[in-house]
Amino acid sequence: MTDTLKIADKTFRSRLFTGTGKFSSSKLMQEAIVASESELVTVALKRVDLHSTCDDILMHLKQDHINLLPNTSGVRTAKEAVFAAQLAREALQTNWIKLEIHPDPKYLLPDPIETLKATEILVKEGFIVMPYINADPVLCKRLEDVGAQCVMPLGAPIGSNKGLITKDFLKIIMEQSKVPVIVDAGIGAPSHAAYAMELGADAVLVNTAIAVSKNPVQMGIAFKMAVQAGRLAYQAKLAEVNQYAEASSPLTSFLNE
Amino acid sequence: MSNFKDIFNQYDWDTVKQEIYSFTATDVQQVLLKDEINLADFQVLISPAAKPFIENLAQRSRALTRKRFGNTIQMYVPMYLSNECQNICTYCGFSLTNKIPRKTLTDEEILKEVAYIKQLGYDHILLVTGEANSTVGVAYLKNAIKLIRDHFSNISIEVQPLNQDEYETLIDEGLYAVLVYQETYNRATYKTHHPKGKKSNFDYRLDTPDRLGKAGIHKIGLGALFGLDDWRVDSFYTALHLKYLQQTYWKTKYSISFPRLRPHEGEVQPKVEMTDADLVQLICAYRLLDEDVELSMSTRESETFRNNVINLGITSMSAESKTNPGGYVVDRQSLEQFEISDERGTNKIKAMIQSQGYEVVWKDWDTSYSKK
Repeated sequence: MTDTLKIADKTFRSRLFTGTGKFSSSKLMQEAIVASESELVTVALKRVDLHSTCDDILMHLKQDHINLLPNTSGVRTAKEAVFAAQLAREALQTNWIKLEIHPDPKYLLPDPIETLKATEILVKEGFIVMPYINADPVLCKRLEDVGAQCVMPLGAPIGSNKGLITKDFLKIIMEQSKVPVIVDAGIGAPSHAAYAMELGADAVLVNTAIAVSKNPVQMGIAFKMAVQAGRLAYQAKLAEVNQYAEASSPLTSFLNE
Repeated sequence: MSNFKDIFNQYDWDTVKQEIYSFTATDVQQVLLKDEINLADFQVLISPAAKPFIENLAQRSRALTRKRFGNTIQMYVPMYLSNECQNICTYCGFSLTNKIPRKTLTDEEILKEVAYIKQLGYDHILLVTGEANSTVGVAYLKNAIKLIRDHFSNISIEVQPLNQDEYETLIDEGLYAVLVYQETYNRATYKTHHPKGKKSNFDYRLDTPDRLGKAGIHKIGLGALFGLDDWRVDSFYTALHLKYLQQTYWKTKYSISFPRLRPHEGEVQPKVEMTDADLVQLICAYRLLDEDVELSMSTRESETFRNNVINLGITSMSAESKTNPGGYVVDRQSLEQFEISDERGTNKIKAMIQSQGYEVVWKDWDTSYSKK
C-alpha cells in the first residue's frame, strides 16, 4: 500500500513536515529530523547565512531524502516576502517557499491581506507557494484561486502547543479545499497531530513540540507514529461518535409490536 | 491615547511604591494560581512579599522561556563609536564634566573594529555613543550604519534620543532596533542625575519610544538604570511602558535590559541596592508577564550570575564587550563608560552556553529585510 502526498511536482511518503528552530544544537536538530523521517523541512531565511557555503544549519540538512523549505519568517509585508523568496531561490536553488508574513511579533499571527497579495505575485513568478495562514476557510479558497499549491492553516498560535483550537474551521477548510491542507502551528503533542490527521489533514508541520522536548529524537519518532496512526484511522473511516446512549427500550419499539 | 505620557501621568510614584510594599504572601499565592499574569499581578510578583517564592517564579519563567524561545541564546556585541558627550549624567564615565580624552571613531577606525568583531563570530551589533549632536549626530550615525551594514545581519543603536524623521532616515539605511532606557521614571530623581544637557529633558526622553513606534522600527529596547531609585517602582513603570507600546505599535518587537549601576568615572554610587536575588526575581516576573519579550543580559553582571540566568528567562547576551570607543583594537586604553564584570572571551561564553544545553545563535535577521 502506498499512500503518498503530492504537492506540485514532489511526492512525499511522510506526512510529517518539520521545522529547524529552537533546538539546543544543529546536531540534535538533524538527529530528530532524521528520526522523524520527515522529508520536508522548513528553515527561516533569517537564521541562515546565504552567502556562506558552510552554514551550520544548512550543513546539517544535507541529506538525500530531506527537501528544504525556506520560510520568510520576520517579514511584515508582501513586498518584503517577495524579496525574501527571490533571495531564497537564488541562494538555495529552490522555488519552494513557505510564506510567513506576520507583522505582529508577539503572537506571530499571519496577515491575510499581505499573504494573498504575495501568493499571487510569487505564483506568477513560478514559485511553489505554501502560505501560513489563520484557519480562515474563505481565505483558503482565495489562495487556491490565485494558485497556492497548498494551504497551511494554524491549529493555534505558533509555539503555543495548544493543539487544534481552530478545529471547527479546519474541518470546513478540509471539506472545501482542492489543494492539500497542512495543519501548521500549535501542534503540541503527538495526540494533536494524530487528531489533525484523523480529521482529514493531508499533513502536519511540527517544530516546537519536537525541539523543546527533553528528548527530541524520541519525540520525532512519536510524531512520525502519531501522523501515521492518524492517517490510517482517517482512511479506515472512524466509527461515528454517538451523541446519545442507545436506549435498551427504544422509544419506537412499540411500532414493531 | 496619543502617547505614553497620558498614561504615565495617571500614576503617582509614591502610591505605586506604597502598593508594591503592602502586598502579602497571600496576594502572591493568588497570583501564582493564575494562568495569565497582568500588570497588577506583575506588581505583586516584584514585591518584597514575592521573594520567598523565587524558586517557583524561576521554574515557571524557565518553562515559558523554553516554550517560546526554545533552547537558544542570541549573541550580540556592543561597539562604542564615541565618548563625546554634552550631557551631565552623574553616574556615567562619559559625563561632560569628566576630564577625559574624547574620541570619535573615523571610518577607517570603525572598519578596523568591525574586522576584529567579525572574526569573533558576531553578526548582531549594537552601536553606542554619547550625546554630541554636532559631531555624532544623525549624519554620523547614518554613515556608520552604511559603512557596516554589509558586515552585520542585524544593527541596533543605543544613542541620544532622535526625532521621528531622523529615525526614519536610519531605518531606511538598515537600522533594526533602538535601545533607549528612561534611566528612572521618577521625575525628581531624573532631574538630580541629569542636571545639564539635552538629556535633562525628561519628557523628550519619555516620548522617544512613541517616536520610534511611529517611525516603524522593528524593535525597541526598554529599561531603567537600577540604583538611581527604587528598582521595583521603576520596573513597574517600565512594564507599564511596555504594555502601552505593545498595544499601540503592535508590529514592533520589544526587549528589556537590566543595567545595574557599575563603578565608573562618575560621582554616584547606587542609592538603592539591588541584590542578585532581586534581579532574578525581576527577570522571572517579566517573563511571567510576557512570554514573548526578549530579556537581555550584558557583561555588567558577574560570571556566576550570567552562567545561571540563561536558565531563568534571559534570551540574549553580549560577551567580551568593550565600553570605550576603539576598545577592541584601535585604542584599547581609552576610557570606558563603565567597568564590565564578566571579562571572559567569546569562545568561553559560547562553550558555557552550549554546556548548559543551549544553541548559540549568531544570526537571526537579514539587513536586506530592514533596508528600504
